[in-house]
Amino acid sequence: MNYIELAKKIDERKAIIPGHRTCPGCPIAIILRIAYASTDKKIITASATSCAEVTTTIYPYTSWNEPFIHSVFANAAATISGVETAYRALKKKGKIKEDIKFMAFAGDGGAFDIGLQSLSGALERGHDFVFICYDNEGYQNTGAQRSSATPYSAQTTTTPGGKEEYQKDLAKIAIAHKIPYVATANPGNILDMQEKFRKAFEKKGPAVIIVYAACPTNMKAPEDLTIDISKLATETNFWPLYEYEDGKYKINYKPKNKKPIQEFLKMQTKFKDVLKNKEEVKKIQKRIDDDFEELLKLEKAFPLK
Amino acid sequence: MKLKKLPLSGGEAISYALKQVDVDVFAMYPITPQTPIIESYSMHVKNKEVSTEVILVESEHSALSTVIGSAASGARSVTATASQGLMYMYELLSVASGFRLPIVMPVANRAISAPINIHCDHSDAMACLDQGWMMVFCENAQEAYEMTLFSFRLAESINLPIMICIDGFYTSHNVENLEVYEDKIVKQFVGEYKPNYNLLDTKNPVSVGSLALPNTFFEIKIEMFEAFLKVKEHFLKISKDFKKTFKKNIKIYEEYFTKDAEIIIVLMSSTAESTKNIIDRLRSKGKKVGLLRPILFRPFIYKEYNKSLKNAKEIIVLDRAEGPGSSAPLYKEIKLSVCDNNKKINLTSYVFGLGGRDLFEKDIEELLVSFINKKPLKEKYLGRKK
Repeated sequence: MNYIELAKKIDERKAIIPGHRTCPGCPIAIILRIAYASTDKKIITASATSCAEVTTTIYPYTSWNEPFIHSVFANAAATISGVETAYRALKKKGKIKEDIKFMAFAGDGGAFDIGLQSLSGALERGHDFVFICYDNEGYQNTGAQRSSATPYSAQTTTTPGGKEEYQKDLAKIAIAHKIPYVATANPGNILDMQEKFRKAFEKKGPAVIIVYAACPTNMKAPEDLTIDISKLATETNFWPLYEYEDGKYKINYKPKNKKPIQEFLKMQTKFKDVLKNKEEVKKIQKRIDDDFEELLKLEKAFPLK
Repeated sequence: MKLKKLPLSGGEAISYALKQVDVDVFAMYPITPQTPIIESYSMHVKNKEVSTEVILVESEHSALSTVIGSAASGARSVTATASQGLMYMYELLSVASGFRLPIVMPVANRAISAPINIHCDHSDAMACLDQGWMMVFCENAQEAYEMTLFSFRLAESINLPIMICIDGFYTSHNVENLEVYEDKIVKQFVGEYKPNYNLLDTKNPVSVGSLALPNTFFEIKIEMFEAFLKVKEHFLKISKDFKKTFKKNIKIYEEYFTKDAEIIIVLMSSTAESTKNIIDRLRSKGKKVGLLRPILFRPFIYKEYNKSLKNAKEIIVLDRAEGPGSSAPLYKEIKLSVCDNNKKINLTSYVFGLGGRDLFEKDIEELLVSFINKKPLKEKYLGRKK
């Protein structure tokens, strides 16, 4: 699909309609609209409590033009498990004819932290659904607190001195379940993201896609730079784009001239302190390089053609 | 109508009822003493007696989350739990009722930690009283079986979830010679589930679980609260239909020699069976004692209770749970039932059987006799070791 076709698809589908209250520069609606444009089947979405949920459903209004459910913070994957199981039960009884797709949507809190158990359970059981985590690196909805997805050294309202631990690798956790499809994506590369959503919805069984989601509000970055920051996340290898499909790996983008991590960090106020410390920046750079090296090895050992 | 007799434990009896209903979705996570329910249902699945989609989840939090998802998708949905499992579900209780989903959930009552204990008391259910669930407490396997069939009609007629409580081990594991009804007649009685809304209806998309701000939240909640005011009417109506179909009464509460009783003992669930033996014995000696056994605990139908209690001189309330720093839960409700009466009635609260401590017939007899002799037992905690 090219940009024009994608834009047309989004416009035709009108899955997430205007009037939602995400912050200026927030990529949530972009991610959702592209997800809905990636299949012709109707999608039922279960959302965790999150920025996405509170900004799109303020009663009596809703931005969701297709069936939507939100229950609590921890259970997006369990909720969609129930919806998908009901679908199978009623289809078996002939009460449903239509082919429907299922999606769980959660921020990093609802996926890496409080939602991890229900996510793991749903992946292990093998429900036919796509789990999309938009990773905005912390609890942005409650005012930028630290999560296990918050990167090392980032200042948050609960780590004002900078986070002392590295972020969890949720993609690898998902891969450990040996599900059909896992991918990372980034609104900085729209067509790559769309293609991954398409694949995920086509796969039978669970798929997990973790999407980088810059948060200009809490990064204290200009709201028109969301896509630029997102692009830098991948150009610096901070957010490599790769996919795991039926046991094989593919890095979808290898920067020809990889940019130093400072380029990415300096766009965000939350890294202002660490940037003053050369040794720390070196450490961060080394970690990124090591992680990318590991991915290259995986790709070499189990190449996805 | 043909009746069949089957030797079933309380857990198996509930499972048998669920099998006859052939629920669409059953989420299971094991916890003692709920296991006879899910194990026997798994055999019904294996033997292809049902078309249910069973979902074996990784926690009780996900068990209730899952059936909230499936019930919101128009599927008749159940899960079962006990004790810590119910505690772990707590967050979802108000979601199920807030979504007005008629989920049926058997609970094999068990103590809650700490200390950890797997045996019967009512602390688990009593910790969940006001989360918008209807609650019934059954005396034995027969009642649990019938109540399970009844619950689907009640829950679906008023769009509220319901807990069917049975005493852990005493009822869940003990085998009774059970009377069961014909599958066909059960199916007719329970009927088709017609959901209020349905996520799978993609032509009429709904957003379930929206954010409601102060301008709308209160009214949404009040609507649910007011549904409880209509439960009695629905209960009695469906109960009539049940009687017509199965020639059996489903009651809000059971009265046993209360009409002329001067002393009425109030307690719930399996303990009532042995209490009735004592009442029989004391009645044969001319003592005016009676038993009142609440079955429907949420909503609590205060007016009805007052009718049976207003002529008593002494009311003895036995709770299988305590309200530390307050009063035991059943005692509170009984007190509220009679508090507007002009006539003074003595009410005394006792707590028994926590963590499965046995209460023997002789203990109940001793208690009742102490009231007959006008020297009520001073120890509030029955069976407490000296």
